[in-house]
Amino acid sequence: MFDQLSDRLQSTLSDVRSRGKLSESDVDAAMREIRLALLEADVNFKVVKTFTKTLKERCLGSGVLNSLDPGQQVVKIVNEELAALMGGTGSELAMAHSGPTVILMAGLQGSGKTTACAKLALHFKKLNKDVGIAACDVYRPAAVEQLVTIGERAGAHVYERGTDADPVDIAEWALQQARTDRRDVLIVDTAGRLHIDQDLMSELSQIRKKTKPHDVLLVVDAMTGQDAVGVAESFAEAAEFDGVVMTKLDGDARGGAALSVKAVTGKPILFASTGEKLEDFDKFHPDRMASRILGMGDVLSLIEKAEAQVDEKQAQDLQEKMRKDQFTLEDFLQQMKSVRKMGPLSGIIGMLPGMGAMKQLKNADIDEGELDRVEAIILSMTPAERAEPGMINGSRRKRIANGSGTRVQNVNQLVKQFDQMRVMMRSMANGKMPDAQQMAQLSGAAPRPKVRRR
Amino acid sequence: MIDLGSRVSANASTEAEPEAERRGVFKRLRESLSKSRQALTEEISASLFDRIDEETWERLEEALILADAGAPTTAAVVERLEHEVDAGEVPADGALVRDRLIEILAEVAATGRAPIDLSGEPAVLMMVGVNGTGKTTTIGKIAWHLSKEMGLSVVLAAGDTYRAAAAEQLAEWARRAGADLVRGEEGADPGAVAFDAISAARARGADVVIVDTAGRLHTQSNLMEELSKVKRVIAKQIPEAPHETLISIDATTGQNGLRQAKVFSEAVDLDGVVLTKLDGTAKGGIALAIAADLGIPVKLIGVGETLEDLRPFDPAEYAAALLAE
Repeated sequence: MFDQLSDRLQSTLSDVRSRGKLSESDVDAAMREIRLALLEADVNFKVVKTFTKTLKERCLGSGVLNSLDPGQQVVKIVNEELAALMGGTGSELAMAHSGPTVILMAGLQGSGKTTACAKLALHFKKLNKDVGIAACDVYRPAAVEQLVTIGERAGAHVYERGTDADPVDIAEWALQQARTDRRDVLIVDTAGRLHIDQDLMSELSQIRKKTKPHDVLLVVDAMTGQDAVGVAESFAEAAEFDGVVMTKLDGDARGGAALSVKAVTGKPILFASTGEKLEDFDKFHPDRMASRILGMGDVLSLIEKAEAQVDEKQAQDLQEKMRKDQFTLEDFLQQMKSVRKMGPLSGIIGMLPGMGAMKQLKNADIDEGELDRVEAIILSMTPAERAEPGMINGSRRKRIANGSGTRVQNVNQLVKQFDQMRVMMRSMANGKMPDAQQMAQLSGAAPRPKVRRR
Repeated sequence: MIDLGSRVSANASTEAEPEAERRGVFKRLRESLSKSRQALTEEISASLFDRIDEETWERLEEALILADAGAPTTAAVVERLEHEVDAGEVPADGALVRDRLIEILAEVAATGRAPIDLSGEPAVLMMVGVNGTGKTTTIGKIAWHLSKEMGLSVVLAAGDTYRAAAAEQLAEWARRAGADLVRGEEGADPGAVAFDAISAARARGADVVIVDTAGRLHTQSNLMEELSKVKRVIAKQIPEAPHETLISIDATTGQNGLRQAKVFSEAVDLDGVVLTKLDGTAKGGIALAIAADLGIPVKLIGVGETLEDLRPFDPAEYAAALLAE
């Protein structure tokens, strides 16, 4: 996500960064580049104008150009301003003190409301909340069926009364039911509507009046162009939304809508939807996203994801094992499993600093199938073999290959790679960085994740 | 607009739409476009051309950027117009410059124009696109047109086996259009559904098969590969099929629309674009960029939610609507 914008900004900024001295015309040239990059990223025209103006004023002011490291200063300013544009540090949903927290979802057709409802429901489920969803989209054929299916998949109860009832009545009724059923959260799905459709917009404000939601969320497709701002302004009028859910961020949209909506309406982006699965839904962190656009990596998100998967004690044990050279294939298997729980590897790579610049990684598909094969091979070993791979002789290799549906060569590769990894780990655990030759050996001999260029 | 080949339509009069009706359509389109608060109409008002100077060109660029035409297309169009005015090919007169701009925009929008090819027997039309761009709705509208207005027998293939209730949604459209529906289980192989639908159509002697596919982001290479496979499976039934592959592009889409069209075209070789949701305030300027850059023309436009709101695309009318007052 944001790749192309990120590319343009990074190349502009690396040019600026590499200069020891900056003149006013250098800054002007950089601003022109930034302006074009933002426009190509679908950032709203008016937002771009204001943004580059602020940026320029800051870059030319308060002794930036005369500072020891003007390039770095400019990069820092761009980073700060980008984050501010997207909403500073993250914002939170308002929750009810008692009774169900009501969240109203609104947006254009096809922006992804229904899916976002289920994803949000799962988000609350993970926080041990009891979630209900009200099915108020009575217009689109089969919208109710879709919501029932994916809502229940997310573990939420879906309140539906078919497509003959009035959406406002359904919403009111669902709220009563949610109170009776003592739900913690009620998410109200509504039909997609054009912001210029006055009947449907007044229906939306009716639903808003009757359910008194704690939060109204506008669902916005990340691929939206210049019109995003007009849409957001109209919805702000009719539904007074509090925040935005940005969907389809897993595409290669340059994310200009994300940058513009906050700037124009002042409402923060609260969540980002980043994939087809219900789990692909994250809290939106503007400051981290800005760093990511500039190729500084999103290490904080990565650490949070890792923390959710690895427990402290386990990590300590592991380190001890590495140091004492007792790291086994069983440990390796556990490690691989917890890394994979963090999500697809391609997503994780995007969070690493500097990875944006590594073209072959950026455009790569990590072949998850290769990892499946490694897992299968280890699972076909006996516990004794996992603990001491040295005992794996020819006939054992054959058995393991048969058991895992792979070939003897694959088993050989894995065992060989594991040996080399152990050597490297021992030296790392003892405080030495592996030398280049060791790294090269490892990657050369390894059944490493296959990197396929697109 | 639609090439029916040797097939004799049951209702020949609909092949050429009555002029009066067409005018009505574009009046509507103009009206809907002009509903926009920041409509191009305001930006490119005649007064902008009263005096032709540097500001004229700058504001023209702004207006086209705001319509999502994209920086390269905008620059090309404005440069060309500016050059023509400088060279004296177009008199520096407000109204004439404006007319010439409409001509240029129409020319760009008309790149690669061709009718929708439904000459196959049965003709196979495949609909692809990103999630939420209006594929299923568009299919419902096309089916209704072909079936109710042109008297053709239509089979719909519910190839979106991924999204919950997608087949139910298509079933409702099939019912309204009076078309047959062939569907599989949720999670079934979309290629198999398409294959079955075409064999059913051949057995019944149906005229047209329309294949729905699951929405997918063009960045998901495995899903794009799946789409190519659906196309290959279709070709196993009829070698030339699908005769027509259309991508639906949401008019609110920004510059990403160009990537969508490019990547989908690499996977399934697109014949045209259906520009949907033009009844909002978005101008769908990305269609200009797609035509200019990839030579893939817009063939149909969606201007509303009812069955009749699917229309043939007319570049000249579209360009005029973009600039209408």
